[in-house]
Amino acid sequence: MNLNALWEYANPVKFSRTVSLVLPWVSVLALVSLVVGLVWGFFFTPDDYRQGSTVKIIFLHVPSAMMAISAWFMMLVTSLIWLIRRHHVSALAAKAAAPIGIVMTLIALATGAIWGQPMWGTWWAWDPRLTSFLILFLFYLGYVALWEAIENPDTAADLTAVLCIVGSVFAFLSRYAVNFWNQGLHQGASLSLDKEENVADVFSTPLYVCIAGFVLLFVALVFLRTRTEIHKRRTKALLARERLG
Amino acid sequence: MIPDLGKYADTVLSSYAVSILLLVLLVAVSIRAARKARIELEQVEGRRNG
Amino acid sequence: MISLLLRDLRLAMRAGGGFGLGLSFFLIVTVLVPFGVGPGSALLAKIAPGILWLGALLACLLSLDRIFALDWEDGSLDLLATSPLPMEGVVTVKALAHWLTTGLPLCIASPVFALLLSLPPEGYQWLILSLVLGTPALSVIGTFGAALTVGLKRGGLLLSLLVLPLYVPTLIFGAEVARRGAEGLATTTPILMLAGISAGTIALLPFASALVLRVNLR
Repeated sequence: MNLNALWEYANPVKFSRTVSLVLPWVSVLALVSLVVGLVWGFFFTPDDYRQGSTVKIIFLHVPSAMMAISAWFMMLVTSLIWLIRRHHVSALAAKAAAPIGIVMTLIALATGAIWGQPMWGTWWAWDPRLTSFLILFLFYLGYVALWEAIENPDTAADLTAVLCIVGSVFAFLSRYAVNFWNQGLHQGASLSLDKEENVADVFSTPLYVCIAGFVLLFVALVFLRTRTEIHKRRTKALLARERLG
Repeated sequence: MIPDLGKYADTVLSSYAVSILLLVLLVAVSIRAARKARIELEQVEGRRNG
Repeated sequence: MISLLLRDLRLAMRAGGGFGLGLSFFLIVTVLVPFGVGPGSALLAKIAPGILWLGALLACLLSLDRIFALDWEDGSLDLLATSPLPMEGVVTVKALAHWLTTGLPLCIASPVFALLLSLPPEGYQWLILSLVLGTPALSVIGTFGAALTVGLKRGGLLLSLLVLPLYVPTLIFGAEVARRGAEGLATTTPILMLAGISAGTIALLPFASALVLRVNLR
Protein backbone atom coordinates (compact mmCIF):
# COMPACT_ATOMS: atom_id res chain seq x y z
CA MET A 1 0.00 0.00 0.00
CA ASN A 2 1.48 3.35 -0.86
CA LEU A 3 1.41 6.23 1.51
CA ASN A 4 -1.07 8.38 -0.35
CA ALA A 5 -3.67 5.66 -0.17
CA LEU A 6 -3.10 5.50 3.57
CA TRP A 7 -3.91 9.17 4.01
CA GLU A 8 -7.32 8.60 2.45
CA TYR A 9 -8.36 6.97 5.69
CA ALA A 10 -7.85 10.29 7.39
CA ASN A 11 -11.16 11.32 5.87
CA PRO A 12 -13.75 10.66 8.60
CA VAL A 13 -16.47 9.41 6.25
CA LYS A 14 -14.12 7.07 4.47
CA PHE A 15 -12.74 5.93 7.79
CA SER A 16 -16.20 5.17 9.17
CA ARG A 17 -17.09 3.18 6.07
CA THR A 18 -13.88 1.17 6.21
CA VAL A 19 -14.37 0.52 9.90
CA SER A 20 -17.86 -0.83 9.26
CA LEU A 21 -16.38 -3.23 6.72
CA VAL A 22 -13.35 -4.33 8.72
CA LEU A 23 -14.58 -4.20 12.30
CA PRO A 24 -16.63 -7.44 12.33
CA TRP A 25 -13.69 -9.43 10.97
CA VAL A 26 -11.18 -7.96 13.37
CA SER A 27 -13.54 -8.49 16.30
CA VAL A 28 -14.17 -12.11 15.42
CA LEU A 29 -10.46 -12.73 14.92
CA ALA A 30 -9.69 -11.05 18.23
CA LEU A 31 -12.30 -13.08 20.05
CA VAL A 32 -11.17 -16.35 18.48
CA SER A 33 -7.49 -15.83 19.20
CA LEU A 34 -8.19 -14.63 22.73
CA VAL A 35 -10.39 -17.62 23.50
CA VAL A 36 -7.97 -20.07 21.86
CA GLY A 37 -4.94 -18.54 23.51
CA LEU A 38 -6.42 -18.25 26.98
CA VAL A 39 -8.11 -21.65 26.95
CA TRP A 40 -4.91 -23.23 25.68
CA GLY A 41 -2.93 -21.38 28.30
CA PHE A 42 -5.31 -22.10 31.12
CA PHE A 43 -6.21 -25.73 30.48
CA PHE A 44 -3.47 -27.26 28.38
CA THR A 45 -0.16 -26.02 29.70
CA PRO A 46 1.85 -27.86 32.36
CA ASP A 47 2.85 -26.28 35.64
CA ASP A 48 6.25 -24.68 35.83
CA TYR A 49 8.63 -26.57 38.09
CA ARG A 50 9.42 -23.46 40.07
CA GLN A 51 6.35 -21.27 39.79
CA GLY A 52 3.72 -23.98 39.88
CA SER A 53 0.43 -23.16 38.22
CA THR A 54 0.98 -19.40 38.64
CA VAL A 55 2.88 -19.50 35.38
CA LYS A 56 -0.52 -19.47 33.66
CA ILE A 57 -0.86 -15.81 34.62
CA ILE A 58 1.78 -15.03 32.02
CA PHE A 59 -0.86 -15.32 29.28
CA LEU A 60 -2.59 -12.23 30.65
CA HIS A 61 0.27 -10.39 32.23
CA VAL A 62 2.71 -10.17 29.34
CA PRO A 63 0.23 -9.28 26.56
CA SER A 64 -1.50 -6.61 28.63
CA ALA A 65 1.83 -5.09 29.64
CA MET A 66 2.91 -5.02 26.02
CA MET A 67 -0.33 -3.39 24.95
CA ALA A 68 -0.12 -0.82 27.74
CA ILE A 69 3.13 0.44 26.25
CA SER A 70 2.07 -0.03 22.63
CA ALA A 71 -1.10 1.96 23.21
CA TRP A 72 0.89 4.92 24.47
CA PHE A 73 3.23 4.58 21.53
CA MET A 74 0.30 4.56 19.13
CA MET A 75 -1.06 7.69 20.84
CA LEU A 76 2.33 9.34 20.36
CA VAL A 77 2.34 8.56 16.64
CA THR A 78 -1.25 9.69 16.08
CA SER A 79 -0.61 12.85 18.10
CA LEU A 80 2.34 13.67 15.88
CA ILE A 81 0.24 13.03 12.77
CA TRP A 82 -2.46 15.35 14.13
CA LEU A 83 -0.01 18.13 14.91
CA ILE A 84 1.74 17.87 11.55
CA ARG A 85 -1.05 17.01 9.11
CA ARG A 86 -4.17 18.04 11.03
CA HIS A 87 -6.13 14.86 10.36
CA HIS A 88 -9.05 14.78 12.74
CA VAL A 89 -9.33 11.00 12.70
CA SER A 90 -5.79 10.82 13.99
CA ALA A 91 -6.52 12.99 17.01
CA LEU A 92 -9.69 11.06 17.75
CA ALA A 93 -7.86 7.75 17.49
CA ALA A 94 -5.43 8.92 20.15
CA LYS A 95 -8.34 9.89 22.36
CA ALA A 96 -9.99 6.53 21.73
CA ALA A 97 -6.86 4.58 22.60
CA ALA A 98 -6.19 6.17 25.99
CA PRO A 99 -8.90 4.39 28.03
CA ILE A 100 -7.86 1.07 26.46
CA GLY A 101 -4.31 1.80 27.57
CA ILE A 102 -5.56 2.51 31.07
CA VAL A 103 -7.36 -0.83 31.25
CA MET A 104 -4.30 -2.67 29.89
CA THR A 105 -2.08 -1.00 32.48
CA LEU A 106 -4.58 -1.93 35.20
CA ILE A 107 -4.63 -5.56 34.08
CA ALA A 108 -0.85 -5.69 33.96
CA LEU A 109 -0.60 -4.17 37.44
CA ALA A 110 -3.36 -6.32 38.92
CA THR A 111 -2.12 -9.61 37.51
CA GLY A 112 1.39 -8.64 38.49
CA ALA A 113 0.32 -7.95 42.07
CA ILE A 114 -1.66 -11.19 42.31
CA TRP A 115 1.27 -13.09 40.82
CA GLY A 116 3.80 -11.37 43.00
CA GLN A 117 2.00 -12.33 46.18
CA PRO A 118 2.92 -16.05 46.19
CA MET A 119 6.13 -15.70 44.15
CA TRP A 120 7.83 -12.76 45.83
CA GLY A 121 5.89 -12.83 49.07
CA THR A 122 4.49 -9.35 48.51
CA TRP A 123 1.72 -7.67 46.54
CA TRP A 124 3.83 -4.74 45.70
CA ALA A 125 7.51 -3.95 45.56
CA TRP A 126 9.21 -0.84 44.23
CA ASP A 127 10.80 -2.84 41.51
CA PRO A 128 11.77 -0.71 38.48
CA ARG A 129 9.25 -2.34 36.16
CA LEU A 130 6.36 -2.07 38.57
CA THR A 131 7.21 1.52 39.38
CA SER A 132 7.45 2.46 35.71
CA PHE A 133 4.04 0.99 35.08
CA LEU A 134 2.54 2.94 37.92
CA ILE A 135 4.04 6.11 36.47
CA LEU A 136 2.68 5.19 33.03
CA PHE A 137 -0.73 4.78 34.64
CA LEU A 138 -0.47 8.32 36.06
CA PHE A 139 0.43 9.64 32.61
CA TYR A 140 -2.64 7.97 31.14
CA LEU A 141 -4.85 9.47 33.84
CA GLY A 142 -3.51 12.98 33.22
CA TYR A 143 -3.97 12.59 29.47
CA VAL A 144 -7.59 11.46 29.77
CA ALA A 145 -8.34 14.13 32.36
CA LEU A 146 -7.04 16.83 30.03
CA TRP A 147 -9.26 15.58 27.19
CA GLU A 148 -12.24 15.65 29.51
CA ALA A 149 -11.51 19.10 30.84
CA ILE A 150 -11.44 21.08 27.59
CA GLU A 151 -14.60 22.02 25.75
CA ASN A 152 -13.34 22.99 22.31
CA PRO A 153 -12.45 19.75 20.46
CA ASP A 154 -9.61 21.19 18.38
CA THR A 155 -8.02 22.90 21.36
CA ALA A 156 -8.32 19.67 23.32
CA ALA A 157 -6.73 17.71 20.48
CA ASP A 158 -3.82 20.17 20.24
CA LEU A 159 -3.16 20.34 23.96
CA THR A 160 -3.39 16.61 24.54
CA ALA A 161 -1.14 15.94 21.56
CA VAL A 162 1.56 18.20 22.99
CA LEU A 163 1.07 16.62 26.41
CA CYS A 164 1.43 13.17 24.87
CA ILE A 165 4.71 14.10 23.19
CA VAL A 166 6.18 15.82 26.24
CA GLY A 167 4.85 13.03 28.42
CA SER A 168 6.54 10.41 26.23
CA VAL A 169 9.90 12.07 26.74
CA PHE A 170 9.37 12.24 30.49
CA ALA A 171 8.02 8.70 30.69
CA PHE A 172 11.17 7.56 28.95
CA LEU A 173 13.32 9.58 31.36
CA SER A 174 11.38 8.18 34.29
CA ARG A 175 12.05 4.65 33.11
CA TYR A 176 15.79 5.23 33.33
CA ALA A 177 15.56 7.31 36.48
CA VAL A 178 13.61 4.53 38.17
CA ASN A 179 16.16 1.93 37.10
CA PHE A 180 18.90 4.04 38.57
CA TRP A 181 16.99 4.81 41.74
CA ASN A 182 16.14 1.23 42.54
CA GLN A 183 19.66 -0.07 42.03
CA GLY A 184 20.65 2.60 44.48
CA LEU A 185 18.21 1.26 47.03
CA HIS A 186 18.84 -2.47 47.12
CA GLN A 187 21.51 -3.88 44.90
CA GLY A 188 20.52 -6.77 42.68
CA ALA A 189 17.13 -7.47 44.16
CA SER A 190 15.92 -10.95 43.25
CA LEU A 191 12.64 -9.49 42.03
CA SER A 192 13.69 -8.92 38.47
CA LEU A 193 13.16 -12.49 37.38
CA ASP A 194 13.06 -11.86 33.70
CA LYS A 195 9.79 -13.34 32.66
CA GLU A 196 10.41 -13.51 28.96
CA GLU A 197 13.77 -15.20 29.10
CA ASN A 198 12.54 -18.10 31.18
CA VAL A 199 9.66 -18.97 28.97
CA ALA A 200 9.85 -22.49 27.59
CA ASP A 201 8.38 -23.56 24.28
CA VAL A 202 5.31 -25.14 25.88
CA PHE A 203 4.34 -21.69 27.06
CA SER A 204 5.53 -19.55 24.20
CA THR A 205 3.10 -20.73 21.51
CA PRO A 206 -0.11 -20.02 23.46
CA LEU A 207 1.56 -16.82 24.65
CA TYR A 208 1.99 -15.68 21.04
CA VAL A 209 -1.65 -16.49 20.37
CA CYS A 210 -2.67 -14.42 23.38
CA ILE A 211 -0.48 -11.53 22.31
CA ALA A 212 -2.07 -11.65 18.87
CA GLY A 213 -5.48 -11.70 20.55
CA PHE A 214 -4.68 -8.64 22.65
CA VAL A 215 -3.33 -6.76 19.63
CA LEU A 216 -6.43 -7.58 17.60
CA LEU A 217 -8.68 -6.64 20.48
CA PHE A 218 -6.86 -3.33 20.78
CA VAL A 219 -7.24 -2.66 17.06
CA ALA A 220 -10.93 -3.54 17.13
CA LEU A 221 -11.57 -1.33 20.15
CA VAL A 222 -9.65 1.59 18.67
CA PHE A 223 -11.67 1.31 15.45
CA LEU A 224 -14.92 1.13 17.36
CA ARG A 225 -14.12 3.96 19.75
CA THR A 226 -12.73 6.22 17.05
CA ARG A 227 -15.91 5.77 15.05
CA THR A 228 -17.88 6.61 18.20
CA GLU A 229 -15.91 9.83 18.54
CA ILE A 230 -16.53 10.68 14.88
CA HIS A 231 -20.26 10.14 15.33
CA LYS A 232 -20.30 12.27 18.46
CA ARG A 233 -18.41 15.04 16.72
CA ARG A 234 -20.77 14.96 13.75
CA THR A 235 -23.87 15.00 15.97
CA LYS A 236 -22.48 18.02 17.78
CA ALA A 237 -21.77 19.83 14.52
CA LEU A 238 -25.24 19.11 13.15
CA LEU A 239 -26.90 20.24 16.38
CA ALA A 240 -24.93 23.46 16.28
CA ARG A 241 -26.01 24.05 12.70
CA GLU A 242 -29.64 23.36 13.67
CA ARG A 243 -29.49 25.94 16.40
CA LEU A 244 -28.18 28.52 13.98
CA GLY A 245 -31.21 27.78 11.86
CA MET B 1 -13.21 -29.47 34.19
CA ILE B 2 -10.86 -26.98 35.80
CA PRO B 3 -7.32 -28.30 35.78
CA ASP B 4 -5.58 -29.04 39.03
CA LEU B 5 -4.03 -25.73 39.99
CA GLY B 6 -2.53 -26.94 43.24
CA LYS B 7 -2.04 -24.52 46.06
CA TYR B 8 -2.00 -21.52 43.74
CA ALA B 9 -5.58 -21.99 42.54
CA ASP B 10 -6.77 -18.73 44.13
CA THR B 11 -3.95 -16.78 42.59
CA VAL B 12 -4.48 -18.03 39.06
CA LEU B 13 -8.25 -17.93 39.16
CA SER B 14 -8.44 -14.45 40.64
CA SER B 15 -6.03 -12.98 38.12
CA TYR B 16 -8.01 -14.52 35.26
CA ALA B 17 -11.24 -13.28 36.81
CA VAL B 18 -9.95 -9.74 37.32
CA SER B 19 -8.50 -9.48 33.84
CA ILE B 20 -11.47 -10.92 32.04
CA LEU B 21 -13.82 -8.76 34.06
CA LEU B 22 -11.84 -5.63 33.15
CA LEU B 23 -11.71 -6.58 29.47
CA VAL B 24 -15.41 -7.36 29.32
CA LEU B 25 -16.22 -4.08 31.06
CA LEU B 26 -14.07 -2.15 28.60
CA VAL B 27 -15.70 -3.84 25.62
CA ALA B 28 -19.20 -3.35 27.04
CA VAL B 29 -18.62 0.33 27.75
CA SER B 30 -17.16 0.86 24.29
CA ILE B 31 -20.04 -0.90 22.55
CA ARG B 32 -22.65 0.99 24.56
CA ALA B 33 -21.03 4.32 23.81
CA ALA B 34 -20.83 3.40 20.13
CA ARG B 35 -24.48 2.46 19.99
CA LYS B 36 -25.54 5.61 21.78
CA ALA B 37 -23.47 7.83 19.50
CA ARG B 38 -24.85 6.12 16.39
CA ILE B 39 -28.47 6.42 17.49
CA GLU B 40 -28.07 10.08 18.37
CA LEU B 41 -26.44 10.81 15.05
CA GLU B 42 -29.20 8.99 13.18
CA GLN B 43 -31.85 10.96 15.06
CA VAL B 44 -30.23 14.29 14.26
CA GLU B 45 -29.66 13.34 10.64
CA GLY B 46 -33.23 12.07 10.33
CA ARG B 47 -34.58 15.37 11.63
CA ARG B 48 -32.42 17.21 9.15
CA ASN B 49 -33.55 15.21 6.15
CA GLY B 50 -37.17 14.73 7.23
CA MET C 1 11.74 41.17 28.68
CA ILE C 2 13.40 42.49 31.80
CA SER C 3 10.51 44.81 32.46
CA LEU C 4 8.14 41.84 32.21
CA LEU C 5 10.27 39.97 34.72
CA LEU C 6 10.29 42.93 37.10
CA ARG C 7 6.56 43.35 36.71
CA ASP C 8 5.94 39.68 37.51
CA LEU C 9 8.18 39.85 40.53
CA ARG C 10 6.41 42.98 41.78
CA LEU C 11 3.02 41.37 41.31
CA ALA C 12 4.12 38.28 43.22
CA MET C 13 5.39 40.44 46.07
CA ARG C 14 2.28 42.54 46.24
CA ALA C 15 -0.03 39.52 46.22
CA GLY C 16 1.88 38.35 49.26
CA GLY C 17 1.94 34.88 47.77
CA GLY C 18 5.41 34.75 46.29
CA PHE C 19 8.12 34.36 48.86
CA GLY C 20 5.94 33.90 51.89
CA LEU C 21 3.51 31.24 50.75
CA GLY C 22 5.96 28.72 49.34
CA LEU C 23 8.32 29.08 52.27
CA SER C 24 5.61 28.79 54.90
CA PHE C 25 4.27 25.71 53.16
CA PHE C 26 7.77 24.22 53.16
CA LEU C 27 8.07 25.04 56.86
CA ILE C 28 4.74 23.43 57.68
CA VAL C 29 5.66 20.24 55.84
CA THR C 30 8.96 20.09 57.69
CA VAL C 31 7.26 20.63 61.03
CA LEU C 32 4.55 18.08 60.37
CA VAL C 33 6.86 15.26 59.32
CA PRO C 34 8.30 14.59 62.81
CA PHE C 35 4.73 14.50 64.16
CA GLY C 36 3.95 11.85 61.59
CA VAL C 37 7.00 9.62 61.90
CA GLY C 38 8.20 10.34 65.43
CA PRO C 39 10.98 12.54 66.77
CA GLY C 40 13.86 10.01 66.63
CA SER C 41 16.71 11.87 64.97
CA ALA C 42 18.20 8.74 63.38
CA LEU C 43 15.07 8.12 61.35
CA LEU C 44 14.64 11.82 60.57
CA ALA C 45 18.22 12.13 59.36
CA LYS C 46 17.63 9.16 57.10
CA ILE C 47 14.50 10.49 55.44
CA ALA C 48 15.43 14.20 55.57
CA PRO C 49 16.72 14.49 51.96
CA GLY C 50 13.59 12.90 50.55
CA ILE C 51 11.24 14.93 52.73
CA LEU C 52 12.98 18.19 51.89
CA TRP C 53 12.82 17.41 48.18
CA LEU C 54 9.16 16.47 48.40
CA GLY C 55 8.46 19.65 50.35
CA ALA C 56 10.22 21.75 47.73
CA LEU C 57 8.28 20.01 44.97
CA LEU C 58 4.92 20.56 46.63
CA ALA C 59 5.75 24.16 47.47
CA CYS C 60 6.55 24.69 43.79
CA LEU C 61 3.32 23.03 42.74
CA LEU C 62 1.31 25.21 45.07
CA SER C 63 2.13 28.43 43.26
CA LEU C 64 2.00 27.12 39.69
CA ASP C 65 -1.56 28.07 38.83
CA ARG C 66 -0.74 31.72 39.54
CA ILE C 67 1.88 31.88 36.80
CA PHE C 68 -0.66 32.73 34.12
CA ALA C 69 -3.97 33.00 35.98
CA LEU C 70 -3.83 36.74 36.78
CA ASP C 71 -2.62 37.70 33.32
CA TRP C 72 -5.30 35.51 31.76
CA GLU C 73 -8.08 37.10 33.77
CA ASP C 74 -7.24 40.73 33.08
CA GLY C 75 -6.37 40.08 29.43
CA SER C 76 -2.73 41.08 29.64
CA LEU C 77 -1.82 37.63 28.35
CA ASP C 78 -3.43 38.57 25.02
CA LEU C 79 -1.41 41.77 25.03
CA LEU C 80 1.74 39.78 25.64
CA ALA C 81 0.82 37.49 22.77
CA THR C 82 0.56 40.40 20.35
CA SER C 83 3.66 42.13 21.66
CA PRO C 84 6.94 41.84 19.71
CA LEU C 85 8.30 39.56 22.40
CA PRO C 86 8.15 35.95 21.16
CA MET C 87 5.92 33.64 23.17
CA GLU C 88 8.88 31.42 23.99
CA GLY C 89 10.48 34.44 25.65
CA VAL C 90 7.33 35.18 27.62
CA VAL C 91 7.08 31.67 29.05
CA THR C 92 10.79 31.60 29.85
CA VAL C 93 10.49 34.86 31.75
CA LYS C 94 7.41 33.56 33.54
CA ALA C 95 9.27 30.42 34.56
CA LEU C 96 12.23 32.50 35.72
CA ALA C 97 9.97 34.72 37.80
CA HIS C 98 8.37 31.64 39.32
CA TRP C 99 11.78 30.23 40.18
CA LEU C 100 12.97 33.50 41.70
CA THR C 101 9.91 33.70 43.92
CA THR C 102 9.68 30.04 44.99
CA GLY C 103 12.73 27.97 43.97
CA LEU C 104 15.43 30.39 45.00
CA PRO C 105 14.03 31.17 48.48
CA LEU C 106 13.63 27.44 49.07
CA CYS C 107 17.27 26.84 48.14
CA ILE C 108 18.43 29.60 50.46
CA ALA C 109 16.23 28.53 53.35
CA SER C 110 16.75 24.78 52.97
CA PRO C 111 19.69 24.57 55.47
CA VAL C 112 17.36 25.79 58.22
CA PHE C 113 14.78 23.16 57.39
CA ALA C 114 17.51 20.54 57.08
CA LEU C 115 18.55 21.48 60.61
CA LEU C 116 15.02 20.84 61.85
CA LEU C 117 15.13 17.36 60.31
CA SER C 118 18.65 16.70 61.71
CA LEU C 119 20.28 16.14 58.35
CA PRO C 120 23.90 15.07 58.89
CA PRO C 121 26.31 18.00 58.35
CA GLU C 122 28.00 16.53 55.28
CA GLY C 123 24.64 16.48 53.53
CA TYR C 124 24.05 20.24 53.53
CA GLN C 125 26.15 21.18 50.53
CA TRP C 126 24.67 18.35 48.46
CA LEU C 127 21.13 19.26 49.43
CA ILE C 128 21.64 22.89 48.42
CA LEU C 129 23.44 21.90 45.24
CA SER C 130 20.69 19.48 44.24
CA LEU C 131 17.98 22.07 44.91
CA VAL C 132 19.84 24.76 42.97
CA LEU C 133 20.21 22.38 40.03
CA GLY C 134 16.76 20.84 40.24
CA THR C 135 14.27 23.57 41.14
CA PRO C 136 14.71 25.44 37.80
CA ALA C 137 13.48 22.27 36.07
CA LEU C 138 10.51 22.18 38.44
CA SER C 139 9.61 25.77 37.52
CA VAL C 140 9.97 25.19 33.77
CA ILE C 141 7.96 21.96 33.81
CA GLY C 142 5.38 23.66 36.00
CA THR C 143 5.08 26.52 33.53
CA PHE C 144 4.27 23.98 30.84
CA GLY C 145 1.53 22.53 33.02
CA ALA C 146 0.20 25.99 33.83
CA ALA C 147 0.14 26.85 30.12
CA LEU C 148 -1.85 23.68 29.40
CA THR C 149 -4.52 24.49 31.97
CA VAL C 150 -4.58 28.27 31.67
CA GLY C 151 -8.13 28.72 30.42
CA LEU C 152 -9.77 26.15 32.69
CA LYS C 153 -11.91 27.16 35.60
CA ARG C 154 -11.02 24.32 37.93
CA GLY C 155 -7.53 23.83 36.62
CA GLY C 156 -5.81 23.40 39.97
CA LEU C 157 -6.39 19.71 40.55
CA LEU C 158 -5.87 18.86 36.89
CA LEU C 159 -2.64 20.84 36.95
CA SER C 160 -1.30 18.66 39.77
CA LEU C 161 -2.35 15.50 37.96
CA LEU C 162 -0.56 16.65 34.81
CA VAL C 163 2.58 18.06 36.39
CA LEU C 164 3.39 15.54 39.11
CA PRO C 165 4.20 12.63 36.76
CA LEU C 166 6.47 14.99 34.83
CA TYR C 167 8.30 15.75 38.07
CA VAL C 168 9.28 12.11 38.62
CA PRO C 169 12.73 12.10 36.99
CA THR C 170 13.75 15.40 38.59
CA LEU C 171 12.58 14.23 41.99
CA ILE C 172 14.37 10.90 41.71
CA PHE C 173 17.71 12.34 40.72
CA GLY C 174 17.46 15.36 43.00
CA ALA C 175 16.60 13.34 46.07
CA GLU C 176 19.24 10.80 45.10
CA VAL C 177 21.94 13.49 45.05
CA ALA C 178 20.89 14.75 48.47
CA ARG C 179 20.58 11.26 49.93
CA ARG C 180 23.89 9.99 48.61
CA GLY C 181 25.57 13.17 49.72
CA ALA C 182 24.19 12.78 53.23
CA GLU C 183 25.34 9.16 53.37
CA GLY C 184 28.77 10.03 52.01
CA LEU C 185 28.39 8.10 48.73
CA ALA C 186 29.51 9.16 45.27
CA THR C 187 27.14 11.71 43.78
CA THR C 188 28.60 12.40 40.34
CA THR C 189 26.14 10.37 38.25
CA PRO C 190 22.89 11.72 39.73
CA ILE C 191 24.30 15.26 39.66
CA LEU C 192 25.08 14.94 35.98
CA MET C 193 21.65 13.44 35.27
CA LEU C 194 19.90 16.15 37.30
CA ALA C 195 21.84 18.91 35.58
CA GLY C 196 21.11 17.27 32.23
CA ILE C 197 17.38 17.15 32.91
CA SER C 198 17.36 20.79 34.01
CA ALA C 199 19.37 21.92 30.99
CA GLY C 200 17.23 19.90 28.62
CA THR C 201 13.91 21.12 30.01
CA ILE C 202 15.05 24.74 30.12
CA ALA C 203 16.24 24.53 26.52
CA LEU C 204 13.30 22.65 24.99
CA LEU C 205 10.19 22.86 27.12
CA PRO C 206 9.56 26.62 26.60
CA PHE C 207 8.82 25.79 22.95
CA ALA C 208 6.12 23.34 24.00
CA SER C 209 4.75 25.79 26.58
CA ALA C 210 4.63 28.58 24.01
CA LEU C 211 2.89 26.32 21.49
CA VAL C 212 0.33 25.31 24.08
CA LEU C 213 -0.22 28.88 25.20
CA ARG C 214 -0.80 30.02 21.62
CA VAL C 215 -3.40 27.27 21.21
CA ASN C 216 -5.11 28.37 24.39
CA LEU C 217 -5.22 32.00 23.26
CA ARG C 218 -6.60 31.14 19.84
